[in-house]
Amino acid sequence: MSFYFVQFVTGLASACSLFLVASGLSIIFGVTRVVNFAHGGFYMLGAYIGYTLTDRFSGAFGFWGAIVLAALCVAAIGTLIEMSLLRRVYEAPVLFQLLATFGVTLVVEDLVLLTWGPSELLGPRAPGFKGAIDLFGHPFPAYDLLLIALAPTVLAFIWLIFHRTTWGVLVRAATQDREMVAALGVNQKWLFTTVFALGVFLAGLGGALELPREAANHTMDVQVITEALVVVVIGGLGSVMGTFLAAIIVSELNAFGILVFPKISIVLVFVVMAIVLIVRPWGLLGRAEAATRSAGGVVFSRWRPFGAQGRLLVVLALAVAALLPLVAGNYFLGVATEVLIFMLYAASLHFLLADGGLASFGHAAYFGLGSYGAAIVLKALGFGMETAIPAGVLLGFAGALVFGWFCVRLSGVYFAMLTLAFAQIAWSIAYQWTDVTGGDNGIIGVWPSAWAASPVRFYWLTLALSAGAIGLLRAITFSPFGYALRALRDSTLRAETIGLVRWRVQWMGFVIAGAFAALAGALYAFLKGSVFPDNISISLSIDGLVMVLLGGVGTVSGGVVGAAIYRSLSIWVISYTDYSKLVLGALIILLVVLFPRGLVGQFEAWRSARTPSRVLGENL
Amino acid sequence: MFSAVVSSILLASAFAARPAAADDTIKIGEINSYSSIPSFTEPYRKGWQLALDEINSAGGVDGKKLEVISKDDGGKPADAVTAANELVANDGVAMLAGTFFSNIGLAVSDYAKQKKILFLAAEPLTDAITLSKGNRYTFRLRPGTYEQAAMLADEAAKLPAKKWATIAPNYEYGQSAVAAFKKLLSAKRPDIEWVGEQWPPQSKIDAGAVAEAIAKSEPDAIFNVTFGADLVKLVREGETRGLFKDRAVVSVLAGEPEYLDPLKDETPEGWIVTGYPWSAVSIPDHAAFLKAYQAKYNDYPRLGSLVGYAMLKSAAVILAKAHSIDSEKLADAAEGINVDTPFGPVTFRAIDHQSTLGAFVGKTALKDGKGVMVDVTYHDGAGYLPSDAEVKAQRPQN
Repeated sequence: MSFYFVQFVTGLASACSLFLVASGLSIIFGVTRVVNFAHGGFYMLGAYIGYTLTDRFSGAFGFWGAIVLAALCVAAIGTLIEMSLLRRVYEAPVLFQLLATFGVTLVVEDLVLLTWGPSELLGPRAPGFKGAIDLFGHPFPAYDLLLIALAPTVLAFIWLIFHRTTWGVLVRAATQDREMVAALGVNQKWLFTTVFALGVFLAGLGGALELPREAANHTMDVQVITEALVVVVIGGLGSVMGTFLAAIIVSELNAFGILVFPKISIVLVFVVMAIVLIVRPWGLLGRAEAATRSAGGVVFSRWRPFGAQGRLLVVLALAVAALLPLVAGNYFLGVATEVLIFMLYAASLHFLLADGGLASFGHAAYFGLGSYGAAIVLKALGFGMETAIPAGVLLGFAGALVFGWFCVRLSGVYFAMLTLAFAQIAWSIAYQWTDVTGGDNGIIGVWPSAWAASPVRFYWLTLALSAGAIGLLRAITFSPFGYALRALRDSTLRAETIGLVRWRVQWMGFVIAGAFAALAGALYAFLKGSVFPDNISISLSIDGLVMVLLGGVGTVSGGVVGAAIYRSLSIWVISYTDYSKLVLGALIILLVVLFPRGLVGQFEAWRSARTPSRVLGENL
Repeated sequence: MFSAVVSSILLASAFAARPAAADDTIKIGEINSYSSIPSFTEPYRKGWQLALDEINSAGGVDGKKLEVISKDDGGKPADAVTAANELVANDGVAMLAGTFFSNIGLAVSDYAKQKKILFLAAEPLTDAITLSKGNRYTFRLRPGTYEQAAMLADEAAKLPAKKWATIAPNYEYGQSAVAAFKKLLSAKRPDIEWVGEQWPPQSKIDAGAVAEAIAKSEPDAIFNVTFGADLVKLVREGETRGLFKDRAVVSVLAGEPEYLDPLKDETPEGWIVTGYPWSAVSIPDHAAFLKAYQAKYNDYPRLGSLVGYAMLKSAAVILAKAHSIDSEKLADAAEGINVDTPFGPVTFRAIDHQSTLGAFVGKTALKDGKGVMVDVTYHDGAGYLPSDAEVKAQRPQN
């Protein structure tokens, strides 16, 4: 019996350290609606700065002073970033801020490497809490008990300032209705900055407090961000109490789950999130999101199909692309093929995001299912590439059919997080089901049939399929179905009034997007000759979002342009620089500041500003 | 759409082939996960750079200078294939080398097979790369998972412990290491039983809960495969919670400076580990390597340094023996080739393309507030490789 008690308290300690990070994310999320991807980066900075400071100041006062000072330093850095970067993009279309914080994350990762070097850094143990105390005959780390006391203290502190100070009341008001608070004359800039600073302070504190438990290392940011995000969503957006509850549930399930299923940790949080969101669409303690006044995609001008001029340009562009092998070598053709595949992948996500107003954080699931479907049919069942590619599309289609059915019942960030949960579940199946998928060693030897094996032939094949598929997606956008999808995006209430069934239309949209992503995935498998769980990874889902946002959500196919630029850029940067994340992150930040509507969006806005009297004949 | 194509064509100039190098150099394409596992790859880079200096100042290979073109793969197999394609199709390298993660090693080895180019895998530990997924063009330097587990199983069998538990990261490397160790130890010691196992996700260990769960199964000894940040967490939690008290611990890789050094004065004592005790190696060739490394970098070598150094030396010897950059001749030359490394002479076996490079086994200890390995013995890889019959059964023959 005493063992179970100790395991419970151990789980509680994990929950508390998780809560300290997640609480900051929850606060920022609740007020500014920014999915702060850099939160993990701030957490990591807290640990590294804490390491340096605790190294310098010894003794009990020095240690605890250093921890608080580290968190304050991180808060100062966060404030600076908020004021110089995020303020410029609050007005941008939905999720665009995610792009900015993603850029910050990349920069932070390389700066930490440059500043602190590649090795793991083990900080000191906390003075006064170094050893263990006796808990029913089990030695139990004293520091864990401190954490268990600290988390409820932080929770109480947050509750007090939110309920007993004017600032807190304004923050809560802003959480519920931003526009109304602004209309009442509250300085939103100031409110957002202070909330961001508080949230980042908590992230830094969480990181610094991890020092006595683990070495500061380069993967801290990635480990923590998804888990923190998941906990925030399970708890319900903007509910700090919910976050606390969710952290405890997740940690305790893990602590006891591993006794029965030692391999469960890898997927547990995502399964919990999927179940919670299916049963309670707004998380445990969250409330339904207030109807947003601006819809998913911000449209700068009315969408129209290409006119004669536009069609001519497309034909011209395709002709140039088809003639590319005349001048390009095999390597450049390989890169061009990869770019084309990612243009298709981005186009499929763009369709879901811009037309459907549905932001998926797990679109890589369908890309990956396409890859695996094709690879398994080729290698395990012995069919050729000609069968494998359609089989991949079919698997992606089937996956989207099943996952989408659950996902479209939700909206907004909850929808996004449920797609993420399913993507992670798919990922862990690919990762664990070694007999079929090869586990993390993947499936190799997935090469095209002889007739398409040369780089030129495979490029042409990819060009034909990608261009055809992107064209088809555009055609769907301007079909009656596309109009229905956009009607639901712009006003669900009105669209339903005229007889459109929201879930059915959005479900179909989801499945279409999934199938096209799967086609991209299947082609990718043959380009690389191999398939790995990486093809379903969170980072690939994020890459997709980055491409679409870079192109512009308010455009018909800006994602295609975003993909071409982002993919070429990242291949080039990783090949020619030592600090690719730093360069890529800085470029993203620059593009975010210069083009807050995305590249194509900005281009269109600029064009319509130049010709205000003329109605534009087409959209890119 | 249009601007997309225009931009990609504009970018073409960025990717255009660079001027062909002069004929007096031989180019080697090197790929590794520089940005995703810098604690290993930074010393590794220093290692091959040292070897490159030595080779070129001694006149290069066949009178030609060696040039290494190095690429980062970002820890992603797909990006490694892109890099391999650039090196082969654009830069015209004679051979590929490098890689750290098993899945990246496999992706590049399959690329090498498809494009018929020699690939010298430096680090990836998976047994598949030389056995079930082995191919004519791929050779591996480091002792694989099976060998490391086998070296430790020998030592573990001498322990009195009867009840064993395992902790391993939940991916192919952890799974193979545990499977091999269990099989080999049970064969030597039919009297032992396996009482518990934990599979924390890589770099996301919930160390307290794992430590308690293992303690609950009351093992006499623990086999650990976690490394890096996970190992640090496990050691801290385990020490505080008394998990390692009166228990033998056998741990793969934990004696490598990359993973041992971060533990500083909290290094657990008496663990049986594989690793690289750089200050205690008595092999003569190692003394020269150590001196040159410390002179050049004013730092001590990590295992990565040694792997990088030995990899490039092997590449040079293969190129010199082949007198050619033709892939077929290189592959023929590499089979059965002998290379002098800081660990002494090794052979790349013809039957499975695995080198006989070994590893050190010893016990961890604390010395001047730092973790070191004591009672070290060098285990030659040749003694732990699968037999010819086993290789023939597992490796595709063609």
